[in-house]
Amino acid sequence: MLRFILTRVSLVIPTFIGITLLAFFLIRLVPGDPIETMAGERGIDAARHEQLKKDFGLDKPLIIQYGYYIERVLHGDLGKSIVTRESVLSEFQTLFPATVELAVCAILFALFLGIPAGILAAVRRNSIFDHGVMGISLTGYSMPIFWWGLILILVVSVQLGWTPVSGRIDVLYYIEPVTGFLLIDSFFSEDEGAFMSALGHLILPTIVLGTQPLATIARMTRSAMLEVLGEDYIRTAKAKGLSRFRVIGLHALRNALIPVVTVIGLQVGVLFTGAILTETIFSWPGIGKWLIEAIFRRDYPVLQGGLLLVGVIVMSVNLIVDLTYGLINPRIRHNR
Amino acid sequence: MKKSALFAAICVPAFLAAAPLAAKTLVYCSEGSPENFYPGVNTTGTSFDASTQVYSRIVEFERGGTQVQPGLAEKWDISADGTVYTFHLRKGVKWHTNKNFKPTRDMNADDIVFMFERQWKQDNPYFKVTSPNHSYFDDMGMPKLLKSVEKVDAYTVKVTLNQPEAPFLADLAMEFAAVQSKEYADAMLKAGTPEKIDQDPIGTGPFYLVQYQKDATIRYKSFPEYYGGKAKIDDLVFSITPDASVRWAKLQKGECHVMPYPNPADLDAMKKDPNVTILDQAGLNIGYLAYNTTKKPFDDVRVRKAINMAIDKKAIVDAVYLSSGVPAKNPIPPSMWSYNDAIKDDPYDPAAAKKLLAEAGYPNGLDTDLWAMPVQRPYNPNAKRIGELMQADLAKIGVKAEIKTFEWGEYRKRMQAGEHQMGMLGWTGDNGDPDNFLHTLLGCASAAGNGSNVAKFCNKSFDDLVTKAKVTTDVKQRTELYKQAQVIFKEQAPWFTIAHAVQLKPIRKEVVDFKLSPFGRHTFYGVDIKGK
Repeated sequence: MLRFILTRVSLVIPTFIGITLLAFFLIRLVPGDPIETMAGERGIDAARHEQLKKDFGLDKPLIIQYGYYIERVLHGDLGKSIVTRESVLSEFQTLFPATVELAVCAILFALFLGIPAGILAAVRRNSIFDHGVMGISLTGYSMPIFWWGLILILVVSVQLGWTPVSGRIDVLYYIEPVTGFLLIDSFFSEDEGAFMSALGHLILPTIVLGTQPLATIARMTRSAMLEVLGEDYIRTAKAKGLSRFRVIGLHALRNALIPVVTVIGLQVGVLFTGAILTETIFSWPGIGKWLIEAIFRRDYPVLQGGLLLVGVIVMSVNLIVDLTYGLINPRIRHNR
Repeated sequence: MKKSALFAAICVPAFLAAAPLAAKTLVYCSEGSPENFYPGVNTTGTSFDASTQVYSRIVEFERGGTQVQPGLAEKWDISADGTVYTFHLRKGVKWHTNKNFKPTRDMNADDIVFMFERQWKQDNPYFKVTSPNHSYFDDMGMPKLLKSVEKVDAYTVKVTLNQPEAPFLADLAMEFAAVQSKEYADAMLKAGTPEKIDQDPIGTGPFYLVQYQKDATIRYKSFPEYYGGKAKIDDLVFSITPDASVRWAKLQKGECHVMPYPNPADLDAMKKDPNVTILDQAGLNIGYLAYNTTKKPFDDVRVRKAINMAIDKKAIVDAVYLSSGVPAKNPIPPSMWSYNDAIKDDPYDPAAAKKLLAEAGYPNGLDTDLWAMPVQRPYNPNAKRIGELMQADLAKIGVKAEIKTFEWGEYRKRMQAGEHQMGMLGWTGDNGDPDNFLHTLLGCASAAGNGSNVAKFCNKSFDDLVTKAKVTTDVKQRTELYKQAQVIFKEQAPWFTIAHAVQLKPIRKEVVDFKLSPFGRHTFYGVDIKGK
């Protein structure tokens, strides 16, 4: 097992270097200059432009800039935003809890609906329910997030008035961010209405962000279950006279979950991508919106730092999934 | 944001932390997060809106207009030659308080001098704090214009200029001239955290900042000791909502009271909503197509005139601006003083255009480029679409125009370098003075090098008029000079003037006395909410 862990962990190093390279060079390949972008119609004279380039450290050759960047990263310094002049790390820390809160809700939503739907579809294969689940999940998978979000706002918030339109909490509540997770902060605040308001604000973004993972998980669970249900040991379990619930819930599901766990790991990346759009539509103050704005403004430090942090998080989650996978299935850790 | 949380915890009474805000709360669905709270280094309306609530300036623009009125200075004297301004400051103007700092004195001359020196003197310890790029201060020509700024006594400041400059007072009413506390600045410098004054601002304005949560909310409370009297609303909240359709949804539901920049597609629904009023005002802006007057074939005025007549302006405004633009005939907007309404626009007349083109030596038409911005701007909602419409019109008189575009920063840089033959750009006014359009965009000084005169238009008679107007203090005389300059502009046709974008502001019916700012600012002092 130790060897398995070491092999997996050692793979992280080249990936990390790859992320720093991509984060650094990709944005510089995009035409544009943060100083010109800041100037707008007004323009900027050449001398001031040069001075600012020097101040931001953009006057050095790219490879040297990359060297400085790596050196700073290794010291835990991700630099300061060109636009706000605030530390990238502190901006990330401020915004990240909002993204995590939304992502966790979205993945829970996807799991709680996706797994049972997948199991039922597999058990009742070729029934109307099965076709319904597969049809809906295909639609959900193909739904553009932007469109889906706006439709939900128009119907559920504006027409029916069931949920608030956007934001994390009603602006009338004044909650001090302690953990940054508003559900927790508002729960411990003295105002009961605040928690309900925070919960209400989470509903639509959760559905929008959770739709694609929900569809993927439902389809994955269904196909994994179908495969497992055809195995000999299931027939044996049935022959032994075990209850249908035990056969499906215990024997089949446990084995079917292995590929599902992998898919959940991969969904973390999908969630971050989806968060960019979801956060923009729902004015959700998370890192997705922060990164998009940094692209428009060519805010190099924010992009480099933000992408690196997101990359490391996605990588870590996948590493954990890999290790869990090895833990669940001994064949994997022995199969070198 | 932990800092803001701590800030809030200290400066807001404890009961507020648990209970909803006080009765009169106005929610403004703003479009984005500010860069910081120091307008001296900002250029975006989003940042100005966030900081303008907090600060006061030496002089102020009247609410909803461009007239300059007393601010921190209750009166001023101007020397006969127009170079010395003596400002007499108001006494008893209080500063806000926050967790970093409790002011021990009222606003005085030291703060005014600090405002100038922070942006002007490179050896000022604050010159580089947050950013050394004092964009507007430099663009308004302050470094060259200012000779000295002296404190005469605690409540008198004397500013001496190198030459007379008529728009100087209007410049001082702009956002970049927001006055910060020198005492706070000194204290933060001593504490080793100078940037705090731009992040947790202290001003003398009608609202003080309570909490800023990036990309979520900015909370202000009305400042009871504001020199103009307490605001009518108690709390002001900016609910940051970047998507225009979502802002509209929030306005409909009453989750916000005022929203900026509506989607043109939503306007019909807005007009039908009984709870919403749409305020409109021709903006202080111009969208134009500039001909490079130094390059063939546009060095010939007949070609420029021909193109002017070949493009169907009304069709463009109807199709692209929808109801949010008015066709432009002059380089300055109709709401600006000295606007010459007597001028007749070039008519849409393809036959006459073709004839004129033939006279200029192009009987078979010509080939040209046509630059279109890659981004939406306040004065031009869709340059690419406008480019296509122009292209089709020009084809009718045999002009083959090839649409070109670049990344936005690159686009503007190349246009300023004069690489184009013809290209679209525009301008939003800074200080309500015609000089800010006519001299800045069409004067000889800005035609040279990489200046903002992208038509590279340098006409002696025009330049004499606008330069003379710049140093004349008498408004009547200036008006006359600018009116004449507009006549020359129309004759010489360095631009095809496209449109002035109209500022549309949907507000809830319960909002009382919200005034549109010609500068596109959103200020909430003087605004009330009905029924609360």
